[in-house]
Amino acid sequence: MTASTILPARQRPTTGRLILYSVTSVLLVFLVAPILVVFPLSLSSGELLVLPTPGYSWRWYADFFSSQRWLLATYNSFVVGILTTLIATSLGTLGAIGLYLGRFRGKAFVLALLSLPMVTPVIVTAIALYFSLSAVGLGSTLTGLVLAHTVLSVPYVLLTVLASLQSFDPNLLRASASLGANPIQSFYRVVLPLITPSVATGALFAFATSFDELIVALFIASPDQFTLPRQMYAGIREFLSPTIASAAVLIILLSVLLLMVNETIRKRAARHTLPSTHRTP
Amino acid sequence: MMSRRNLLAAALIAPLLLLVLVSFIVPLGATLYRAVDDAEIPTILPQTTALLKQWDGKGLPSEQTYQSLIAELREAQEQQKAGPVLNRLNFEETGLRSMLLQGLRASSRFTGSTKEGLIALNPRWADPHFWGLVKRSTGPWTPLYFLRSVDLKLGPDGAVVPTAEEEAVFVKLFVRTFEISLVVTLICAVLAYPVAYTLSILPQVWTNIGIMLVLIPFWTSILVRTTAWFIILQREGPINALLVSLHLVDQPVTMIFTRFAVYLAMVHVLLPFAILPLYSVMKGIKPDYMRAAASLGAPGWRRFLRIYLPLTMPGVAAGALMVFMLSVGFYITPALVGGSGDQMISYFIAFFTNTSVNWGIAAALAALLMGMTGILVAIAWLLVPGFRAGGVRV
Repeated sequence: MTASTILPARQRPTTGRLILYSVTSVLLVFLVAPILVVFPLSLSSGELLVLPTPGYSWRWYADFFSSQRWLLATYNSFVVGILTTLIATSLGTLGAIGLYLGRFRGKAFVLALLSLPMVTPVIVTAIALYFSLSAVGLGSTLTGLVLAHTVLSVPYVLLTVLASLQSFDPNLLRASASLGANPIQSFYRVVLPLITPSVATGALFAFATSFDELIVALFIASPDQFTLPRQMYAGIREFLSPTIASAAVLIILLSVLLLMVNETIRKRAARHTLPSTHRTP
Repeated sequence: MMSRRNLLAAALIAPLLLLVLVSFIVPLGATLYRAVDDAEIPTILPQTTALLKQWDGKGLPSEQTYQSLIAELREAQEQQKAGPVLNRLNFEETGLRSMLLQGLRASSRFTGSTKEGLIALNPRWADPHFWGLVKRSTGPWTPLYFLRSVDLKLGPDGAVVPTAEEEAVFVKLFVRTFEISLVVTLICAVLAYPVAYTLSILPQVWTNIGIMLVLIPFWTSILVRTTAWFIILQREGPINALLVSLHLVDQPVTMIFTRFAVYLAMVHVLLPFAILPLYSVMKGIKPDYMRAAASLGAPGWRRFLRIYLPLTMPGVAAGALMVFMLSVGFYITPALVGGSGDQMISYFIAFFTNTSVNWGIAAALAALLMGMTGILVAIAWLLVPGFRAGGVRV
């Protein structure tokens, strides 16, 4: 679809269109610029977060990779993120398949209940988990953090997988049954390959949710359980060194990587599933 | 009987349901219950509670009640458990903590009646109103925290009255939270429209690039983006350096810890949430409608107002509701770039949980915040068809 199809009377760029394009460009720059500004700051050779930088050096990255606190935070973030992803993805996928298969009353209610952590303001979840995890002795533990992050991220897995199951054509199951497959074979050979992209997307969401999560960590993590966002927050509150900018750059790079992986999955899934389901897109 | 299919479904859902029930629903329920729970005094002062239940509220309670209160308070204090009782009563009326502590200290020297000793110490011990407050705090439930979180309290006679002006902070807090959320939502909706529109009409290559530029901030953590603004808006930060070097200002401008900084950073964080649903709605609008209107002679602005705008409203509504819902619960961004006058409800929930420990108020504010979010979700669910399908990552 090109510009000329929306406004057929005008074939060439008009003043209005030029204004529109400039406004859009300015806003897109506004969205990305603050993220880009962190890059030169992280490479500064000076002690202060100022632009222009007095010179360029890798010293703040060296500082990051030699600091016990930052390394521990990185380690914690990956441990909690990976465990959260594993638990949330397996439980969320199983739950989605269960909700897809089930024919019982109150299914909508169960779905709403399971999605509740997604729409609850995070601060409310955070204080609820703070009280209850301390009560059962899981405050200030990585286990508590994994549990909390799993609860926060499981609705994304559930809803993503459920959405892809609901667009799944049941005729395919009949076809596989007519060819002699038992239900378990049908599941492994037909259903699973078709929902794999959404499971992968759900897993990425789960990891990103855990990796970015700060508010719950503020309440239930002691310094030994600090994750990267928590350590960054502490750093901002104490004194602002360019190490924070280098940590931010590393987190941004990881986010962009996750985004790229997700886009690749999405595009491949779109290529693979559209021809096999006989529906108008 | 359950069919085999449902049995399998139940087995698949059970682990997830168990996880969400045990580590979310139960903790949430227990936390929100704190907003009405009034267990401090009946638990720590059981005998006094029993005696006060018998007291008819007229005149003064018996000598035995006075003795019991002092004895149980002393025992609690020796076990370091008196804090919740003192906090609870002081929350009913400021000043009761010091009065009780003073009575407790002096009572060890009393030779005769505890009642008379206390009354001689402080005439408020002879005030039936004081005892009314204690009796009212003997549980099991209290409306006090909910009332206080909307700047109301119970008067001496049990009627609902406004709190004193210096304590009336919560209505202002709700108004401020709404104001910030509304301004951020309006700015996001207005800014998202041209961006989404441009992205929907550009050739595919440019659209892909544009969408990437929206998705990168969308996937970058809120803390990282807020930190970026925190650095950029510093007095010695890049923006001030630029303004000074261009001689636009003589002195660096104060931007950090202002409402302006809060709006700027929140709009930056939330704008992608407004652009993405709007873009998908715009992408789905057939150009035929616009062509038809043009062929009937409608001028450009009229085609826009009468056809395009109404057709894209579901996208605007989906984005705006999402932005508003997220704004209302914002915590990190205002806490980092805002001043003390720019903090929202979430900040005070954290404050009453950690700093000034008053879990009843924290729970009441949390319940109200959840209620407001619940209403917004319900509106979105009912009115915006794209909301359920949107699947937006928070």
